[in-house]
Parts: sequence; structure tokens; C-alpha cells
Amino acid sequence: MHEGSYLGASRGLKSWLLTTDHKRIGILYAVAIAAFFLLGGILAILVRTELTAPGETVFGQDQYNQLFTLHGVVMVFLVIIPGIPGILGNFVLPIQIGAKDVAFPRLNLASWYIFMAGAVLAVLGWLLVGKVDTGWTFYTPYSSGASNAVLWLTSAVFVAGFASIFTGLNFIVTVHKMRAPGMTWNRLPLFVWAIYATAIVQVLATPVIGITMVLLFLEKLLQIGIFDPALGGDPVLFQHFFWFYSHPAVYIMILPAMGIISDLMGTFSRQQVSGYTFIALSSVAIAFLGFLVWGHHMFVAGQSALSSIIFSMLTFLIGIPTGIKVFNWVATMYKGSVWLQTPMLYALMFLFLFTIGGLTGIMVGVLAVDVHLHDTYFVVAHFHYVMMGGALIGLIGGLHYWWPKITGRLYNETAGRIAAVLVFIGFNLTFFTQFILGSRGMPRRYHDYSALMDVMPEAAMLNLASSLGSYILAAGLVMILVYALHSLFRGKLASANPWGACTLEWTHTGPVPDAHNFHETPLVTRGPYDFHLADDVFGSDEEDS
Amino acid sequence: MGDQGTVWLPEAASTVAGDVDALFYFILWVSTILFIGVIGTMVLFAWRFRRRSSQDRPQPVRENKLIEASWIVVPTLLVAIVFVWGFRVFLELGIAPPNSYEIDVRARKWSWLFEYSSGAQSSELHVPVHRPVKLRMISEDVIHSFFVPAFRVKADVFAGRYSYVWFEATRQDTFVVACAEYCGMAHSQMLTRVVVHSQDDFENWLANNAADADMTPAERGERLYSQQGCFACHSLDGIELTGPSFQGLAGSTRMFTDGTSAEADANYLRQAIVNPAAEIVQGYEALMPGTYSSLSAADLDALVAFIEAQ
Repeated sequence: MHEGSYLGASRGLKSWLLTTDHKRIGILYAVAIAAFFLLGGILAILVRTELTAPGETVFGQDQYNQLFTLHGVVMVFLVIIPGIPGILGNFVLPIQIGAKDVAFPRLNLASWYIFMAGAVLAVLGWLLVGKVDTGWTFYTPYSSGASNAVLWLTSAVFVAGFASIFTGLNFIVTVHKMRAPGMTWNRLPLFVWAIYATAIVQVLATPVIGITMVLLFLEKLLQIGIFDPALGGDPVLFQHFFWFYSHPAVYIMILPAMGIISDLMGTFSRQQVSGYTFIALSSVAIAFLGFLVWGHHMFVAGQSALSSIIFSMLTFLIGIPTGIKVFNWVATMYKGSVWLQTPMLYALMFLFLFTIGGLTGIMVGVLAVDVHLHDTYFVVAHFHYVMMGGALIGLIGGLHYWWPKITGRLYNETAGRIAAVLVFIGFNLTFFTQFILGSRGMPRRYHDYSALMDVMPEAAMLNLASSLGSYILAAGLVMILVYALHSLFRGKLASANPWGACTLEWTHTGPVPDAHNFHETPLVTRGPYDFHLADDVFGSDEEDS
Repeated sequence: MGDQGTVWLPEAASTVAGDVDALFYFILWVSTILFIGVIGTMVLFAWRFRRRSSQDRPQPVRENKLIEASWIVVPTLLVAIVFVWGFRVFLELGIAPPNSYEIDVRARKWSWLFEYSSGAQSSELHVPVHRPVKLRMISEDVIHSFFVPAFRVKADVFAGRYSYVWFEATRQDTFVVACAEYCGMAHSQMLTRVVVHSQDDFENWLANNAADADMTPAERGERLYSQQGCFACHSLDGIELTGPSFQGLAGSTRMFTDGTSAEADANYLRQAIVNPAAEIVQGYEALMPGTYSSLSAADLDALVAFIEAQ
């Protein structure tokens, strides 16, 4: 343990549960989200296991439908949405702008408790009340007629939403008011820009899902017709409300990961991030444009043709800046000094997977093609390439990058690289096969595909390959857990700036930051990736040791 | 079903399928080229500019306006092309020709019912080849989605409002119809077939299925069993689906969840169809919809006669 660090500043469970230190709150999120990720991952493995062969293999159709529902709810609402802002946003953002904490430290702690309350509601509903088999989208009128456990789960989403809103509010105020002297807007690390853009979406979009869940609740409880046609409601209205939040939520998930990738590409290329201003402002532009494309989830859902055409066009508008970001990240390596440590491997993996996710996003955004692909495994593969290949791979890369700063220790680099290769192979085997399954006609949320075997005999082989891939992917993720735990207790002590990075958390704090981050407020004199101006960071990396 | 289609897409058997497929493969190939370009450059840079010493001090690169302009303009042009192309084919998919043959479709958990203007009904869709067919669809419960992969058409089906889909089959064969919108327990079993006939065969099929005067009640019951989708949950061969099998059901003793029991006589069977929630047999859940209470008395008699014959 390093002396004077935030980890040793005070001891005991109480000092953690009542902490207002943004770094400790980040770790509280990390522990909780790791547990939910394990749960969601186990559910995913069970889903894939059922699909290894046609017919019923392990689970009945009723159990299977509950498995994929819970997998979706846990992964979306309890892992990916809170993941990067909760863990790394909390830990890194205040230090990166030279602040001692977030603007509202107590609200920050309250956000964690609200998030946990939402999670407890979800688990209680599942364990005590009954089955939920609606899918994570809770489409009406199916959910109107489902068991009351749906009410518990929608309440959980409602409550957890407030944690998201408060975190977003906190970050917006922090970035506006708490920057150190000299930390101008064009010197903000791109991770800060990304979290800032995300925070805007969190504050503006999350109330809509809250209201939708309340309406669902009222309809079920009081039998007033809002969404259920049997009561005079409109089921498509629910889809509009749901996607008005859930599409912007896609950007809550992916924008922070893009911020991590920008930081990783700069640091491990020791080069200015190409197109800094474009990347920074396009994050904000994507945050706003993200509100205008929800209808592309509903091309075959009885929406008017004119609406569909407009939504398709707006979808491409958002696709172009996203594509340009990818070009900029690749260009960052040009004439740089590229260091292929584990975090950089994840950054390159992100570029590979996210590019596939983005290009297939264009595919499903094209009106006539989406009619065929909608609600098939093609869509399942597409959003896993974006959500897992993008958001979660970004999170894993970021955790590897900031691990020495968070724990003060290094992990085994060789183990890190082997795990990265396993994750890469496993991921592609799992999800690339699903593109072909989908475009050849296998609908999603299918417990049993034996009836399709007449027309697509390859379905058995592709599904088996996908399931085997998921086991390889799981092995890679378990390996990360093992060497992370090893590093926590036995890892080599890290220096203050093991990667030779240029941002304040590496240059102006000790190996582990102390409770108030900085002894004196840093004076910022250069940009976040101005390596050519940063004599102090050279030779401090540990590649020769 | 001999044709296996291409690597990425299933067999194509409608007039619009060719247009959809051409667009799909255009995007696929352009995407593949872009992907190889991006990832190839990434690998090249990662190797060419790899770190050789911890003292490497790269200098900032001056921005190249030409390259930056090109990576804005080229993707914009490409998406403009696929948008306009997708929009044109989408209109083709959305607008049924005025001479279309219309068929009514009722979707419910977990079967399809097709109703023809002649009064015929069927659980499999029968259509003539080389003639536009327009389906007017409605759901009796939750949202379903009518999906024929070989025709490249799909449309959600709602309760309380009609939705439409049209296609023109290009060859005589049978194709899979799937439900694409998750609709509960047996969603993955909600499949049927579309049978494409020649025009003459189609007329014959309609004629053979219109009249039911000379059928016995049990025969009419058998047809109702198929039309009303009873088969989705009740087998005839003893296999346990969502609901009890009809094999040997009549005359057996039923044990209920409230501990009582009854013999499955004709009155019990009729009651179990029109008010299924009244008594739930042990080992099953109260999942059967109450919509069958609207069947006519004659239809109920026919169904009971059919179940008694099993």
C-alpha cells in the first residue's frame, strides 16, 4: 500500500459506505457492477447453452424467456448504462480536470444508494414475486398481461433512473465549475468531453423512461387505458416512449467508451489525438441528434412511411460523425509511437468491433433492408457488437488503463494480453455467426429453432459455433477477474505514471491519489495530449523494467 | 424448398426480393471494403509506428485538410446513395398494387388464421402464384409480426387496428411464415407455411375448403382444431405442449389445482373451451385465452365431437 493514499485514509466498512470521496464511490460502483456483470454473464451463458442444439436442450421455453429477459434488464440497466460513468467517470473525471471532488459529493453517494435500491427491487421482484418474461423492452400489451413481477422490475428501472440523472447533473456542474486554472475547454481530456456529453443525455432522456414506467405501473394497477388496446390504449405509443429514452440511452452507453478510446489512442500512440475539436464537439452533437432517431426501431411497427423515411435519414446523419471519429482514432497512430500494452489492445479491439457494429448499423438503418432484418438475430448481433464490442470493451480497456492509479498495483501483462486474445476470438465467434443466422431468417428471442431447420439446415452449426464462442469469451473474462484479484493482493507496485500519459491524474498525483487528490491545485499549461511539450512524462514508463 | 439462397440470404421467391437483395449485397460489399481499409490501415500504423524506445518523442502531425475533407465527403455520399436506394425499395414494399387479392389474417398466441373472401379459412396461408396478394392483419391479443424470409416482407400485427403487408410470389412452392415479434411462451413455435399454388389450383383449393355441408361434426371439429390454432398448445399424439394433449382426454378423470376432480365428459369439455380459467388441471397454468367463448354453438359441438374421437 502506498502511503497517504485515499485507500488508507480511513479504514473499516463504515468509512466506505459513508464516504463522499468520488474515488471511493467509483469503487463502490465497480464492486456492484462487477457483481451484476457476473450475473448477466451467467444468464447469457445459460441462454447460449439452450441454443447449442435445435429443440429443447436444457430449459423449457418459459424458463428460457425469463433468462433472456433478465439478461437484457441486468446488462442494460445495471451494467452498461451505469458502468463507465459510475466507475471511471467518478474516479477519473474530477482528477482529470484538477478538482478535489465532484460538485456535490453527498449527492454522489446518494446516487449510488439509489442505484443499489433499484437493483434490490429488481432482484426482490425476481426472487419473491414471480416470473418476468417480457424481454427487456417490456413491450405492451404483452407486459400489461404479465405477472406483477413486471411492476417490480419497472419500478427498479424507474428508481435506478434517478441515480443516472443525479450522476449526470453532478458531472455537468463539476465540469462547468470545478476546472483547475488553465484547464480551458479545449484542454479537457476527451474522456471528460465524452462524460460531459453523456451527462446531458442522462439528465434529459432518463425522465422519459421514468414517466413511461409510471404510466405502465398506473395502467396495470388502476386499469386505465394507456398502452393496452383492450383498455382503449395504444401499444405503439409505448414503443415511442420507450425508444425515446432507450435510443439516447445507446449514446449513454457508447459515448463514454468513445472517450476512453480517445484517451487510450493518444496515450499509447504518444501523439495528439487527431481531430481533437471534432471528436469533442461531435460527442455533444451526437448527444443531441441521438434524441431524433428513436423511430428507426419501428420501421415495421405500423409507423407512417413518412416518419420512417425521416428517421432513416436522421439515423445516417448521426452515422457520419461516428464514422469520422473512427478515422480520427486510426489517424492518431500516424507518426506516433505505438505501444501495444493491454489497454491499447482493447482500444484496437474496440476499433475492429465497433466498426463492424457501425457498418451493420447502416445496414439496419436502410429502410428496405431493415424490413427483412428487423427482429432477427442480425439485430441481436449488431447491438452486441456496439454494446459489448463497443461499450463494454471500452470499459474493460479503461479499467486496465486506470487500474494502476486505482489500486497502485500493476497486473500481469502477459496474462492481460492472453485474455484480450481470448475475448477477441470468443466475441467474434459468438456474434459474427449471429449476423448470418439473422439475415438468413432466424427471428430473435427464439427458444427453439428446429422448425426452421428445413429451410436453414446450417442454423444448428451456426448456433453451436456461437455458443462455443460464448464459452471462449467467458473464459477470457474469468481470466481477467483472476489476474485482477491477483494484482490486487500480489501485484507489483506501480509508479505514478506507468504509461507515460499526459493528463493530470498521471502527472500531478502520486502512484495512488490521496484523499483530496492534489496537495495544491494544479496549474494547467498544456493540452491533454501535448506529449511534445511534456518533458516530465518521458522515461517514466516501465517497459524497460 | 430446394433452393438454399446465398450465403447471407435465404431463397428469394417474391417480386421485391431481388431488389432488397441487390441493396443488401451492395451495402455488404461497400462495408467490407471500408472495413478492410480501416482495419488494414490500423494494423499497418500499429506495426509501422510501433514504439522502439521509451524515449521516442514523436512530433505533432500537421492536419491534412484534403484527407479530412475526403473522409467527410465520401461516407456522406455513400450513405446518401443507400438512403435513396433503400427509400425507393421501401416504397415498393409498402404500396400494394391496386389489383391485389386480399386475405384477412388473425394472429393470436400462438397460431395464425387466414380468412378468404370465399369464406374459406385455413391455418396455412394459400396464395396464387404471380398475383399480388395483400394481407389485412389484426391480432387477438399481443403484438405479433408476420415474417416470410423468402419474400423479404415483415409487418407487426396489433390488436385493435389493422396493419397490411403485400407480396407477389414468383414460384409454386411452400415457404416458412414466422412470428418475428416476441409474443410469450411459445413464440418460437408460432410458425406456419405459405403454400403457393398455380391460379387454377388455388381456385380449386378455395372451392374445396368453402363448403362444409357434407362433413360430420368430428370432421368439422378437426378443421376447427387446425383453423383456431388449438394445435399450438394441444397435441393429438400425447405429447405435452403448453396445454393437455387431446389423446385419450375424453372420459378421463381430471385433477384440478384446487384439489377437486371431474370426469371429462362433453359438458366438461365444452366448459373448458368457453371458460378455460374456471378449472385448471394440475401441472398446467391458466394460459388459455377466453376468446373461444365467441365460437358458435355448432362449432363448439363440432370441437367437442372431435376431442371425443381422439
